[in-house]
Amino acid sequence: MVAESETTAEPNGWVGRSIPRVEDAALLEGRGRFIDDLGVRPDLLHAAILRSPHPHAEIESIDCSAARAADGVFAVVTGADVKALTASLVVGVKAPIECWPIAIERARYVGEPVAVVVASDRYRAEDALELIEVTYRPLPAVVDPLVATGAGAPILHPAVKSNVIGERTFRYGDPDSAFASTPHRIRVDVHYPRNSCTPIETYGVIAEYDPGDNSYDVLANFQGPFSLHPVMARALKVPGNRFRLRTPPDSGGSFGVKQAIFSYVVLISVAARIAGRPVKWIEDRLEHLAASVSATNRVTTLEAAVDTDGRIRALAFDQLEDCGAYLRAPEPATLYRMHGNMTGAYDIRHVKIRNRIVLTNKTPTGLNRGFGGPQAYYPLERLMQRIAIELNLDPLDVIRRNLVPANAMPYRTASGATLDSGDFPASLAAAIDAGKLGELIARRETARAAGKLYGVGFASVVEPSVSNMGYITAALTPEERRRAGPKNGAQATATISLDPLGAVSVQVASTPQGQGHRTVLAQVVADALGLRPQDIRVIADVDTAKDGWSIASGNYSSRFAPAVAGATQIAAMNLRERLARVAATQLNVAPADIVFAGGRVAARANLDNALPFARLAASAHWAPGTIDSDLGQTIRETVFWTPPELTAPNEADEINSSLCHGFIFDFCGVEVDRLSGAVRVDRYVTMHDCGRVLHPAMVAGQITGGFAQALGAALFEEYAYAPDGAFLSGTFADYLVPTSMEVPEPVILQRESPSPLTPLGTKGVGEGNCMSTPVCIANAIADAMSLTSLDLPATPTKLAALIHGRQNEPRVKS
Amino acid sequence: MPRLMAASSHRVSFTLNGRVVSGEAEPRMLLSDFIRHVLGATGTHVGCEHGVCGACTVQIDGAPARSCLALAVQVEGADIRTVEGLAPAADRLSPLQNAFRDNYGLQCGFCTPGILMSLDALLDERPNVSEAEIREFLSGHLCRCTGYASIVKSALAAARQRREDRVYA
Ligand code: FES
Ligand code: FES
Repeated sequence: MVAESETTAEPNGWVGRSIPRVEDAALLEGRGRFIDDLGVRPDLLHAAILRSPHPHAEIESIDCSAARAADGVFAVVTGADVKALTASLVVGVKAPIECWPIAIERARYVGEPVAVVVASDRYRAEDALELIEVTYRPLPAVVDPLVATGAGAPILHPAVKSNVIGERTFRYGDPDSAFASTPHRIRVDVHYPRNSCTPIETYGVIAEYDPGDNSYDVLANFQGPFSLHPVMARALKVPGNRFRLRTPPDSGGSFGVKQAIFSYVVLISVAARIAGRPVKWIEDRLEHLAASVSATNRVTTLEAAVDTDGRIRALAFDQLEDCGAYLRAPEPATLYRMHGNMTGAYDIRHVKIRNRIVLTNKTPTGLNRGFGGPQAYYPLERLMQRIAIELNLDPLDVIRRNLVPANAMPYRTASGATLDSGDFPASLAAAIDAGKLGELIARRETARAAGKLYGVGFASVVEPSVSNMGYITAALTPEERRRAGPKNGAQATATISLDPLGAVSVQVASTPQGQGHRTVLAQVVADALGLRPQDIRVIADVDTAKDGWSIASGNYSSRFAPAVAGATQIAAMNLRERLARVAATQLNVAPADIVFAGGRVAARANLDNALPFARLAASAHWAPGTIDSDLGQTIRETVFWTPPELTAPNEADEINSSLCHGFIFDFCGVEVDRLSGAVRVDRYVTMHDCGRVLHPAMVAGQITGGFAQALGAALFEEYAYAPDGAFLSGTFADYLVPTSMEVPEPVILQRESPSPLTPLGTKGVGEGNCMSTPVCIANAIADAMSLTSLDLPATPTKLAALIHGRQNEPRVKS
Repeated sequence: MPRLMAASSHRVSFTLNGRVVSGEAEPRMLLSDFIRHVLGATGTHVGCEHGVCGACTVQIDGAPARSCLALAVQVEGADIRTVEGLAPAADRLSPLQNAFRDNYGLQCGFCTPGILMSLDALLDERPNVSEAEIREFLSGHLCRCTGYASIVKSALAAARQRREDRVYA
């Protein structure tokens, strides 16, 4: 895709053009403002965390006396201290388990915090960690989710008496009859591994406590969702207005991962309270890999009832979700984020689902780019390939036969989501054509004739965006939901202000971590007000004490372009409408005849009859008396927007889990080296329909970045544990993130079917390749090697063992 | 090298982006921490502190080096350049920085300073660098946002621009 970059006048507006990013100059000159770059109070102290070396152990005693006496140490905080000052973090299922930010009497995963040292500097804090004497009584650990469900498995939370802490079954349509009356049953079994998008900047928290009014003031590179604000405030036992949370202007990547900082926000807040001084904690990489957060690993059995021509009549999912040692909010959201679109891009009316949540001695899970998508689409798209092979059909025909047809849009899925727009078959056809599938197939033939292991894989998915805050309540029964009260919606907010010189400022609660939100919103508002992007100043970091925000605020579920930019558009148009009425009186024309263009506000019929925008904008400050009183003020406009389509789950457990659904069709060719088992992605084509595109280069950047992470997940990355619970991926030398040598540039193709449900016609785009790419590559590898089943990551060791029939492959579990 | 006492601080001086700077450092203090927290030049970032991610890359006497693998006391008297030293003026970007902006070579910008310092040294040394060489060179840096394609494009564009600048200089 070609990004244009000229920035001259705007015949068709700024939106839709690739303008330079306003964020870049500062970042390129080393003037970014990341959390560890910001000014701090002179009495600031630094925290270091002692972590459990055991996957499962009773903590018999902790002797902190030597650490407390050490040079520069101000406080040592243990689980007992935290328990005395806080409440357990809220747990999202009805089970008698608690979730603390530090081990209380028992450690349940390697890396779990056991004590916090607060000292005059980080070096001294780390020194003192070595002086803490902890006596552990090791307990048997369990890391395999299937083993954890069995009788006799070590129990993590004795009060529950089982490691399975939640189970629900769902039934849509009449799956049993469909299975009984359809000729073929085809099934896949998948163990999806644990991994993480590991942002290059780690977590950071700076917290202080004011005993005078019992309030906490915290700066953290948290990414949202701000539904975790009440979770933190309740844990700290203060009302929400006494827990002020701010985010720094810049954040070094997140991809969901910086959601899980919230338990450290609570921990460091307590440490600051105990130390009586502000405390800063910057996580190091080893801590991050072992103990920040991870995507869930999931064991899935997926079975389809299929007609002889490949048409799928019914699906039956059995999903076992491993959330690690504690169910940390917003889990079990990974399991339910895709609930409305479990049938993917396909028209399948009969579905049954069994969902179980199991706890194991591993790091607790949380948001990670693609959130629930990779785990759901891996079995579904592997199944599509298996259907083709087992019924001797062309895999593309199987996909085509099942795609939701264009004339069915908007399409309501069996489990309750609305696929809002798109022509999936046309996108698929366009991708095959423009992406030159024929050439790739020919390449496969040539490679195979030369004795090479070459395969072609496909994947088609819908990419959900703008999460319904109510989808997670599908984890509860309808009866439990009735008692808890309805949860739904996805409030987005934007504020536009005019200052006394008539300049325009925008504030949103979107907490970007590199996605260029400030640039895009400047484009949106510039178009609405007839200005240039450089005239608009955008602030996207959050201060919960002063800014507009809601529980849905933050940067997740690809909600920026559809929801946040949409709310900003509405705010800008509201303000424009009021300003037009003010201008109409001054220019003696009807408000409808006012145009905003080129920094001026003019009468449509006579463009010389005009006012400078700045003068009109400033008038509410300088001469409010000249503004019609029923117009109110024209200084500031705040909009909250929530799509009415995002209703709570109904009695039949149908849930519109996301507002928008983009479409992705990917195919790729890979070659597997016969000797080493290494996979080379020869060509990767990815077709996206993400609705209207606001900034083509940024969309391409999101796709390329997501693709690289997905390639890592497919081929290299795994948070691996030994069967005894030892963590095996503790450094970047063990957890292999792909480099420029391994990541080819994908061929990006696009179609635009605007969403009818968002103000700008946009849909989310950031996460899709994390859903489609792992399985697309896996399908290609399976095609190359004629594999019936394959679990990720497809490392050279694993593939070489399959090629050479070696049985002594080291066994690791995730 | 004078004998260093583990528990006490030592005065360290070197040239940072053309200026002589100095500060107190314990012998164990990492160069990355010294640059960021003692000298206050926070443009250099720390992503792993074990020498893999490359975010902390600076130039020591013209050669790219990982400041998380060096101690402050080791660079006494050296000539160090960091990302803050790249732009010719506060309101003007260097050709390399410009190329990153024009080609969307950064998203969050956290890996960027280290990548710029490496590429700046590479382009000095090999003005006609190829894409394959750039990719190989960049493999010492982790970027989680971009997928590298736009970084490679930025580097190629910068190399082109620097060659042109040389012709017309
Ligand atoms: S911080 Fe130095 S290489 Fe990662
Ligand atoms: S731009 Fe974010 S890590 Fe490279």
